[in-house]
Amino acid sequence: MLINNDFIPKRGRSDRLPPGQYEDRGFPVLSLGPTPSISKDDWKLEIKGLIENPTIWNWQEFEKLPQVNVTKDIHCVTKWSKFDTKWRGVPLDEIIKIVKVKNEATHLIAHSSDGYSTNLPLADITLGKAMVALQYDGADIDPEHGGPARLLVPHLYFWKSAKWLSAIEFVDHDIPGFWEIRGYHNYGDPWKEQRYTFD
Amino acid sequence: MSNKNWQIGTLIKKDMAAVNVMSLTFSLPNFETPMAGQHYDIRLTAPDGYQAERSYSIASAPEEKGIVQYGIELLPGGEVSSYLSALAVGKQVEMRGPIGGHFTWSTDMPGPLIMIAGGSGMVPFMSMIRHHLGKPKDIGREIIFLISARTIEHVLWKEELAEMEKTDLNIRIIFTLTNAEPDGWTGYSRRIDQEMLKEIFMTEQKTPKSAGIQNKMSAVPPAL
Repeated sequence: MLINNDFIPKRGRSDRLPPGQYEDRGFPVLSLGPTPSISKDDWKLEIKGLIENPTIWNWQEFEKLPQVNVTKDIHCVTKWSKFDTKWRGVPLDEIIKIVKVKNEATHLIAHSSDGYSTNLPLADITLGKAMVALQYDGADIDPEHGGPARLLVPHLYFWKSAKWLSAIEFVDHDIPGFWEIRGYHNYGDPWKEQRYTFD
Repeated sequence: MSNKNWQIGTLIKKDMAAVNVMSLTFSLPNFETPMAGQHYDIRLTAPDGYQAERSYSIASAPEEKGIVQYGIELLPGGEVSSYLSALAVGKQVEMRGPIGGHFTWSTDMPGPLIMIAGGSGMVPFMSMIRHHLGKPKDIGREIIFLISARTIEHVLWKEELAEMEKTDLNIRIIFTLTNAEPDGWTGYSRRIDQEMLKEIFMTEQKTPKSAGIQNKMSAVPPAL
């Protein structure tokens, strides 16, 4: 490793920052294309694949499901992290219970209304690790941050937390998504710095 | 050892690309040819082990072997950018890449090349347009490059852009300046808006060519 002797760090450091990350107090916006505009009236969430009860919820129905509040640090692969972000939404555990995911399912594929997709092992979305978020910081989620509803999987790099969530598909094998086939890591653990395919 | 491991880049050239942007060219021992639009990461390690990493787009063309040129905006208080701006030629940093598989373009792709960029967001497009000029067979492709900048002094590599238009008459570069315009300025002087895009891209003789168009847009930060 090269030591840059005259490098004087300016950013605060914290044991909450995974390697290579810096704390950003703002909330940067990054997406692969234009921001889709989806009203709550038009919003639908489809649950499909290896489940007993294929389901399509509209906003009014989905909002009535049990919701929880979480406060989490989030980590973007582009190097910024944001501490103590507050979200409210429906835990994936609730959804799994209602749609009755079959035993052979191993992965979840999240689909977004802009064509984006991302893959997650089931073990990473159960036991309170993931939610469909409907609120950020006590208010509706801005469209630029993925509103009206986005996936939240805060223990992995934030591209796994798909914006503009439109469908969740349960499958029995891994299907790499948009960034995972374009050079980014298939799993994306920030603490192991799994940024790119070759990490 | 994979080319994608951290390697030590040596600064071989440094100058200003614009009033607020520094051009830094590093040589790499383990160079892998990038696609135009990709980036290389830089990592700095302080004596106490603290590390900072940043991703910067590549400005050089894939045809330029063994080197990576960046255009890095000087931000007051920028942790990595201010270190790099003070770096002397001959000094070294850790680098790895090329990285990124979405925002890329190659002369193998059909259609015109339409690019819209703001400020230092034009860096990956320099790589694309230089790549085009590096392939003599690609001459004749229609290229339109709309650049928004605060003033003309904030346009990166503006002399080279002027040369490009002379070298290849199918290249059209259009500026819009948002803060101040020089005397006698005939270009646009406002933020990019729908009307401007219509004027530039939707003229009647352009429409038939737009089938299979390659659209590239960028602003700071890059698309991810």
